[in-house]
Amino acid sequence: MGDLMGHDLTRQSASTLADAISQGEVSAEEVTKAHLERIAEVDPRVHAFLYVDSDDALAAAKGVDAKRARGDRLGALAGVPLALKDILTMKGVPTTCGSKILEGWRPPYDSHVVERLRTSDIVILGKTNMDEFAMGSSTEHSAYGPTRNPWDLERIPGGSGGGSSAAIAAFEAPLAIGTDTGGSIRQPAAVTGTVGVKPTYGGVSRYGLVALASSLDQAGPCARNVLDTALLHAAIAGHDPRDSTSINAAVPDVVGAALNGDVRGMRIGLVRELSGAGYQAGVEQRFREAVELLEGLGAEVIEVSCPHFEYALGAYYLILPSEASSNLARFDGMRYGLRAGDDGSHSVEEVMAITREAGFGPEVKRRIMLGTYALSSGYYDAYYGQAQKIRTLITRDFDAAFTQVDVLISPTAPTTAFKIGEKVDDPIAMYLNDVATIPVNLAGNAAMSLPIGLAPEDGLPVGLQIIAPPMTDDRLYRVGSAVESALVDKWGQLLIEEAPAL
Amino acid sequence: MSAHADELMDYDQAVSLFDPVIGLETHVELGTNSKMFCSCPTEFGAEANTQICPVCVGLPGSMPVVNAVAVESTIRMGLALNCDIASWCRFARKNYFYPDMPKDYQISQYDEPLCTDGYLDVIVPTDDGPQVFRIEIERVHMEEDTGKLTHSGGDTGRIHGADYSLVDYNRAGIPLIEIVTKPIPGTGALAPVVARAYVAELRNLMRSLGVSNVRMEEGSLRCDVNVSLAKPGEPWGTRSETKNVNSLRSVERAVHSEIERQSALLTSGGRVIQETRHFHEDTGRSTSGRSKEQAEDYRYFPEPDLVPVAPSLEWIEQLRASLPEAPAAKRARLQESWGITDFEMQTLVNTDALDVIEETVAAGVEQSAARKWWMGEFARSAKEQGIELSQLRVRPADIVRVEALIGEGALTDKMARQVFEGVLAGEGDVDSVIAQRGLVVVSDDTSLLAAIDEALAAQPDVAEKIASGKVQAAGAIVGAVMKATQGQADAAKVRALLLEKLGVSE
Repeated sequence: MGDLMGHDLTRQSASTLADAISQGEVSAEEVTKAHLERIAEVDPRVHAFLYVDSDDALAAAKGVDAKRARGDRLGALAGVPLALKDILTMKGVPTTCGSKILEGWRPPYDSHVVERLRTSDIVILGKTNMDEFAMGSSTEHSAYGPTRNPWDLERIPGGSGGGSSAAIAAFEAPLAIGTDTGGSIRQPAAVTGTVGVKPTYGGVSRYGLVALASSLDQAGPCARNVLDTALLHAAIAGHDPRDSTSINAAVPDVVGAALNGDVRGMRIGLVRELSGAGYQAGVEQRFREAVELLEGLGAEVIEVSCPHFEYALGAYYLILPSEASSNLARFDGMRYGLRAGDDGSHSVEEVMAITREAGFGPEVKRRIMLGTYALSSGYYDAYYGQAQKIRTLITRDFDAAFTQVDVLISPTAPTTAFKIGEKVDDPIAMYLNDVATIPVNLAGNAAMSLPIGLAPEDGLPVGLQIIAPPMTDDRLYRVGSAVESALVDKWGQLLIEEAPAL
Repeated sequence: MSAHADELMDYDQAVSLFDPVIGLETHVELGTNSKMFCSCPTEFGAEANTQICPVCVGLPGSMPVVNAVAVESTIRMGLALNCDIASWCRFARKNYFYPDMPKDYQISQYDEPLCTDGYLDVIVPTDDGPQVFRIEIERVHMEEDTGKLTHSGGDTGRIHGADYSLVDYNRAGIPLIEIVTKPIPGTGALAPVVARAYVAELRNLMRSLGVSNVRMEEGSLRCDVNVSLAKPGEPWGTRSETKNVNSLRSVERAVHSEIERQSALLTSGGRVIQETRHFHEDTGRSTSGRSKEQAEDYRYFPEPDLVPVAPSLEWIEQLRASLPEAPAAKRARLQESWGITDFEMQTLVNTDALDVIEETVAAGVEQSAARKWWMGEFARSAKEQGIELSQLRVRPADIVRVEALIGEGALTDKMARQVFEGVLAGEGDVDSVIAQRGLVVVSDDTSLLAAIDEALAAQPDVAEKIASGKVQAAGAIVGAVMKATQGQADAAKVRALLLEKLGVSE
C-alpha cells in the first residue's frame, strides 16, 4: 500500500491502517483523530453513535504508539478504531441498549468482547445506536432516534445494529462490533453495502452482552471488506469459561480462509425456500448474478430444499419474546437505570410497573407481552413447546442440506433499504425483513452477508448470505473472499466506494 | 390477611376425628465456598453487599456458571436419600418480580430435577417403643438463594406498610438444595413429631455428608410445611402451606397448630382454602398469606444461559461408593459400643451432641467422661448463648488435656470446671487458663498442715471429737481446709493428713 501521506485515513481498510501504524507510517493517534473528526463532521446527519469516547479513544491510541515506540510486538489490528454496539458492556462507559430504561447506567465491568478488543489494542471510539434491546430491523426503535443509511439519509441502515453498519459505511470507523439474534449483523450489512458475520453460536462469548434472547444472541464482526472482518473475528472469538454456552474448541482459521478465497470444487447449495414471493426483483437479479459468478469461479451450485424454513419466522417470534420477557425482567428500577414513580405514594410493585411503563418503548412492550403469554401456564406447550420442535426440525433441515453441500447461499434480506417510517407501524412487515436470516440463529450456524451489487431499480446495496455448518466459520471467508475479489476485479473497487459522499 | 386469631380445636380431639397428611419442602444452603453461579464467597455475617459481583447482582450482560461442587453435593445428598440421579437435566427460570431477586427470575430446576424418588427412614419414640416411618422423597433439586430484605418503619416487619426497605445481596446466589417429600399419610397423632424427626434426620444427614453445616439460627435451613386433613377413609382434603418455618421446634408446632386450626374449621362447616400461611415463632400459630387460588404463574422455561447437567454414571458410582456411614447406622453402632440405652441415645441426638461426643471419644476420652462434659456444662453453656455445641470454643483436644490432668491428680473435678469456664469464655486453651487463673492443686504438705492447724484451732470442739475417735466429724475440718485453699487441695489428701496428725485411723 505504501505511504499513506496525503491519503484520507478514514477511507483505508483496517488491515492497511494496522500495517501503516506498525510500520510507523502513521501514528495510532493520528488515525483515531481522523476518525473522531469524521464522526464530528458526518454523525450529526447519520446518527450512528450514541456516545463518543474521545478521551479514552485517544488515550488508547497513544498507548499503542507508546508500545510501538518501546518496540513491543503489536497485534494484527493494533491502533485501528472500532465502533461498539451499545449492547456490550464497557467499564465506566454508558451502556443504554438504545433504551431509556438504562439511561445513565455505567457498567462496572468489561464484556468479554471488550476485553479481547483491549488485548488486541483496538481503539474503541464509542457506542453505536441500535433498536431498543436489539428488537427491530431498522434502528427506528431506538429511544434516541433513528440512524440513517449513508447511501440515502432518508432510508434505514438496517437493524438492530444499524449504528454499527452505518458507522462503517459512513467511514466513521473501519471496524464495528454487532450482535445478531435474528439478522442484526447481516441485514444491516446487506442494506449498507458492508460485510458482517454472525459467528457460530458459542463462537464468541456472550459475557457482557446484554441478553435479548440468550439461545439466539451472538456477537460478531463488521467491516468494509472480508479480510478486515476475518481479522476482527479472530480477535474476539474463542472460549470463555464465564459463558457456559461458549464452545471450548479451536477457532476456525478465518484469516487464513480470507487470504485464500477459492471456491473451486466447492459445493454450494441454493436454498429454494429463501427466494420468490416477497423478494425484490433487483435483489433476486443480483443474487442470480452472484450464483453465476460462483459457478464461473469453479463452484458447483445446486438447489436444496429446507422445507421447515417456512415456519422459522413463527417459531422465532415465540422463542425470542419468551426469552426476552425473562431477560428484560431485571429492568425494574430497583438497582440501576431509570426509576419512575418513587414519590413515596407508590408500592414497590407499582414503582416497578411505572418504571417499565415509562422506560420501555412500544416494540419492547409488544415482545414482552408476547413472550409472557407464550410461557404462561396452559399455553406453554402450544407456543414455546411447539416452537422448540420447529427449531429442531429446522436444525435437521440444515443438517440434511450440509450432507450435500459445503455452504448454503441466499439473499441476505428480501429487499434493499426501505424508507424511514415506511414499516415502523407494521410489525409483521418489519419482521419479514429477517425471513432469510432467522433460520441460521435458530440452528446456531455461522453466516456472512457480503455486498454483491446495487439493485437496478433503486441503486441500493444488495447482500449475499453465505451459511456454513457450526464451527466451520472459515468457509464463509473462503467463499466471501473469492466473491469479493471477483467483484473488485470487475468493478475496480469495493462496492462501498460507490456510496454517495456525505 | 386475616388479623383475627383462628379458632383451634383441642389436639387430641382433632386427631381422633381426622387423619392428617403432611408434606415438607426443605431448603438448605449448601456449605460451598463460592456461590451457585459465580465465585463470590458465601461466608455468613459479612457487611451488607460486600460479597457480590455482576453475576449475583444480575447486572445486564452477566452470565451464570454452575458451581461443580454444588452439583456434587446435591448428587451426594440424593444418593444418601436413596434417590435416582438424572443422567441429564436442566436448570429452569422461575419468573416473578420481587426486589430481593436481582434478575427478577430465580434459576432453579423445574420438571427435570437432578434427584428423584428416594426415601428417608426416621425413628420416633412412642409409648410402645421406637417406631420407624419411611418418608418418601419426591425430588431433590438445586437453585440459588435470593437477597435478604430488611423493612424499616411500619409495625408489621413486612414490606407492606414499611417506610423503606433495604436489600442485602450477599445471600443472592448462595447455593440451595430443595428437598421435597411426597405426601406423608398415616402418621396420625404423631404427625408433628414425625415432621420434626424428619427435618432433624435430614440435618444429621447433611452434616454427616459435610454438604452443609445447617446452622438453623442463620437461616441456612428453611421449611415449608404442608398439612391437609381427611376423615378416615375419605379422600385427602385441601392443603395449606406454612412458609419459612425455621427451627425443629417450629416445624413440630406448625404442624400441630395447623391440625388444630383446620379441624376447627372443618367441624364448624367451613372449608380449608389452598393458601400459603406465615408461621409466628412467638405465638406458635400462623396467619393467612396469599391465596394459591390467585397464585402467580412462574412461567418456568429451561435456562438458556446454562448447558444441561449430565453427570456420568462412573462419577455417580464413585460418589455413591464414597458416601460416609448413614446417621442411623452410626447411632446403632455407637449405642452398642457405648452400652447406652435408647433413651440416652435419643437424648444425645436431641441435644445435637452425638457428633462432638464421638469426636471426643475418638480423640481418646472415655465415653462416659465425654458424655458427662458435653451433656452437662457444655450443653448448658450452649443453651445460654443460644448456639450449637459445635460452635462452643471448647474442642475435643481440650477435654483430652483436662482428663489427663485429672488423672495425674493435677486438677480436681471442681478445678476442671473452672478451667472449662475459662476456655468457654475465650480466655485461651486449657494450659493458659490454668496458668492465668492459678489453678494448681495444693499438694504441698507443709501448707496443707498449716491450714489444718488453723482449722483445728478455730474449731477446738470438733478437734476434740475427732481425737476421741469420732472420725465422721473430720468432714467439717476438711471442708474448712478446702475453703481456705479455694478448692485447690485434694480433699482425700487433706483427710489423710488430718487423721494422721490426730493419730486416729478410719
